[in-house]
Amino acid sequence: MKPLLMHPDRDFDSQAPSEKEPLPFAQDIELDVLLKATAADDRYINDVMAAACAHAWSNEAATILYRQDVLKDCLANPALVREFYSIAIEPFDRNHSWSFSLYDRSASSKVGSGVHALQSSLDVLKRLRRTCSANAAKFTSRGFQQFFATLERDLDDAYLNAAHTDLTNLTFQNGLLLSAQVGDGGKAIGTMLRKPQERDLSWLRRTFTPGAPSFTLQLHPRDEAGSQAFAELENRGLILIADAVYQSAEHVLGFLRMLRAELAFYLGCLNLKDRLDQIGEPVVFPEPAQDDSTFRCRNLRDVCLALTMGHAVVGNDVDADRTPLVIITGANRGGKSTFLRSVGLAQLMLQCGMFVTADALTSSLHSGLFTHYKREEDRTMRSGKFDDELVRMSAMADAIRRRALVLFNESFAATHEREGAEIARQITSALLDNGVTVFFVSHMYEFARSFLDDDRALFLRADRDESGARNFRLREAKPLAKSFGADLYQRIFKASTAASALQENPPRGSHFRAGP
Amino acid sequence: MNLRGHAQAKFERSDIPQPATAKEKHRADPASDAAVTFQSILFPPGLENLRHDSAEPPACFVDLNLDQIVAAIVENRDEAVLRPIFYSPCRDERIVRYRQAVFRDLERPEIYAVFPPFTEAMRAVRANLDYAGKISAKCHRATVILRAAMIYCDAVSALLRDLQSVAPRAPGLRNFQVYLATYIGSHRFTEFAAEAWDIRQTLAELSYGLLFLGDKVTVRKYASEPDYTVTLLERFARFRDNDAQPPVPQKPRDDFALNHIEEGILEFVGRLFPEQFRRLDDFVACHADFIDDVVARFDREIGFFVSYLEFIAPLKRIGLYFCYPEVSTFSKETSVAGGFDLALARKLLKEKKTVICNDFHLTGAERLLVISGPNQGGKTTFARMFGQLHFFASLGCPVAGHSARLFLPDHIFTHFEREEDITNLRGKLEDELVRLHQSCEAMTPNSVIVLNEIFNSTSLDDQVFLSTKILEKILTVDAIGVCVSFIDALSTLSEKTVSMVSTVDPDDLARRTFEIARKPADGLAYALSLAEKHGVTYERLRNRVRP
Repeated sequence: MKPLLMHPDRDFDSQAPSEKEPLPFAQDIELDVLLKATAADDRYINDVMAAACAHAWSNEAATILYRQDVLKDCLANPALVREFYSIAIEPFDRNHSWSFSLYDRSASSKVGSGVHALQSSLDVLKRLRRTCSANAAKFTSRGFQQFFATLERDLDDAYLNAAHTDLTNLTFQNGLLLSAQVGDGGKAIGTMLRKPQERDLSWLRRTFTPGAPSFTLQLHPRDEAGSQAFAELENRGLILIADAVYQSAEHVLGFLRMLRAELAFYLGCLNLKDRLDQIGEPVVFPEPAQDDSTFRCRNLRDVCLALTMGHAVVGNDVDADRTPLVIITGANRGGKSTFLRSVGLAQLMLQCGMFVTADALTSSLHSGLFTHYKREEDRTMRSGKFDDELVRMSAMADAIRRRALVLFNESFAATHEREGAEIARQITSALLDNGVTVFFVSHMYEFARSFLDDDRALFLRADRDESGARNFRLREAKPLAKSFGADLYQRIFKASTAASALQENPPRGSHFRAGP
Repeated sequence: MNLRGHAQAKFERSDIPQPATAKEKHRADPASDAAVTFQSILFPPGLENLRHDSAEPPACFVDLNLDQIVAAIVENRDEAVLRPIFYSPCRDERIVRYRQAVFRDLERPEIYAVFPPFTEAMRAVRANLDYAGKISAKCHRATVILRAAMIYCDAVSALLRDLQSVAPRAPGLRNFQVYLATYIGSHRFTEFAAEAWDIRQTLAELSYGLLFLGDKVTVRKYASEPDYTVTLLERFARFRDNDAQPPVPQKPRDDFALNHIEEGILEFVGRLFPEQFRRLDDFVACHADFIDDVVARFDREIGFFVSYLEFIAPLKRIGLYFCYPEVSTFSKETSVAGGFDLALARKLLKEKKTVICNDFHLTGAERLLVISGPNQGGKTTFARMFGQLHFFASLGCPVAGHSARLFLPDHIFTHFEREEDITNLRGKLEDELVRLHQSCEAMTPNSVIVLNEIFNSTSLDDQVFLSTKILEKILTVDAIGVCVSFIDALSTLSEKTVSMVSTVDPDDLARRTFEIARKPADGLAYALSLAEKHGVTYERLRNRVRP
């Protein structure tokens, strides 16, 4: 029994990349900004979206179109899909307390939470099936229709009722007696299991014989932590009686867990769509191209920049069919990095089966996304900065396969321009000759010039408009030889000249202090 | 401020009269009368008012990898206490020397060994008291405070005993020892310790029973009911495959805290044994603030010395030198022999690789070291080392090297290249210029500047133009510093600049020696040999991409 909302034929791998090994490109394309918008503060959705991104590169065109259809159903029925999801996550709610406790080592909580998990799961499945049946007509995608059919077939009322009665007998009737002493910090020490007195075991005897002075603590019905504490204490006596309930509960929960993961992906897309609607960014479903080396976009915008700025942003038109190398040059602050990021993000979203922020996008599928950005000084101190760039390039080379997409942002510039340009040229040529698509932002004129006569290269340039202000739109144009640093220096340092640097007093905010 | 009030407090808690000479000595030489004047192991008597702990790290922290170093130093320690001390270097020679003397004592293993157990115990005391502060249930709170009191008594008694046996020489430690002896000999302390011990014994002998029934647990006195484990094991034996051992009673997973059920049970136990718990309550009420202020401060502050020495100990073991720098707030004569980057050394140590040490000096008019040479030649490391040496000298710590003479700066300015930041929509170059401009404005003749390959996000022409402008500004102010740059011309800007070059092994150009030598810049870089080494030249890369 599988939900099959993400792949026509198999389960979705919802394993998010670990925090220790995040997606290598995530930082460079600001993936966290996108994930945050999809998650809408839901940590779980965030993880599922990260998983979808991590596994996007193995999706075939058929899977992408399958998801696009499911997603179109979701966009047409957002309230219903959110309702499905809210039912499906119920067993995992309340801070995951009882799903987590299934993994508890203690015997009594294994039994307790196992029974509880089964009862809740069956109830959830029953309500989910009823909600789905009532609304099946509104969904047209193959994914949803298949899902509804599965629920009708495998979870009929007769089955659910039979299962429910099986669970009622699993309770403990006998009292459980322990003894202990008061240790450091009030901890019980020397705990022993004791044989209860005769009157402890019988309601009648308790009523008619006087007992020793005692105090009784009653557990609040919704006190989850308290029931775990009870279980832990009782467990010292119950350790022999466990294990059986646990596995059936695991089984049923597995289905709900998968359903939650697959719906979470679409919830994430709905959240993102809501957010983009708010800031006035329209979206479109991109088209996976059949041929290699296709990239055509109209008004392609950086979705993360839009999300960060909170308003619609400027996009770019690029026709890079049959030019697997795109070199972007031009003014600092001219929108080069933004464009590069928009390409990476759009490709990723396309291959996840999502929509993109553009008027149109057609692109070949790539075997992976790789980014090589100039980094801050290597914080691990293994090597110099330029060496570090080469080390990262080498690590990438180990992972790159044909049809990969590689984004370079001012790479290999941490040395003399002449040497940097030569190395960038060699690397780029090698990648192109291996069928890899390269987008390269560089201010190294020497590097860009070396591809001027190569018909596989397309040149884009960030320009200033006539007033000298930066224009964030790129246009197709050959590289220019000079950058524009001097005018920035004039503007920033003009206001205060060297005179102020001669001041004798310690600066404001100084963290050292002078002795008396 | 409260010398008198403090002395009075001492008198109240002590049945041993203070020596009559104490006050006279205090007048004659404040530093020698510890019992009255000892306040801090970080600041000599009379200079405590120079304490200005900073909650935030100085701006240079990340660039110099001081964040990694300090994180390693304070790891598994009381970060909230130690970090502000490490964030607050001082520009006062007397304070630096006071601390250096304590460090010198602590470098003797037998003295050093005294403190880690003490600080560990004090940490446990604080953890217990913090926890007790969050507990509202009376019995539970009282037992936790009792636990804290027991640990505290043991810790201070052991500390005094150990100090007496090792006889420290540093004025700071000697003064503290005298103070501690007076405190522990006091009637108030001895009575407190005896009472705590006695109550603990009483509680450990109270036995109670817990009867679980459904969602209820009943608490009563233990009534000699027999051990049930044996009986039950026999009853269920037929369901098991093998001859099972009786299961070992589970230890509570959390030895420190009580959950609300355990807490509720303990309150009932308190009602079953009211007399014994009343005695506990009285004890807690009488000794609300049992930790002595001066002991508490010493505990916090000694962590500074212990943690730093523990950090450098493994480095010393592999043969690296640390020294006590001669410090000055006016002379810019600077020289260091055998210096190294602490953060890198720590990393190389883990990888069992050799640490390369470097010398440098600034004499006469010299102010700025300009470092050029091949990549991966240790230039950035050298720049970090320069900043770190000045920073740790100002903290009063031993610094990396055989010998050192260092200037105590008012501020360390650093400029290392930044990563792009989407929330800051200015370009990278503009960012760098804006930050440099702020630094140039704030810089004084007493500052230290560390520049590392600034302006790399622009073209070669721009790099030359902008770097020259900035260096001229620094030289005009007369600050001292170091500048790492590819641009040879910077090293000959004026008589204040000194050229140093990272060197390579002549037999194998791709191998760096990591030594930085004083010599004219030669403009050689070795990028292509590096690319070959990493297998990313055209030929190599062409064959590496998989289908």
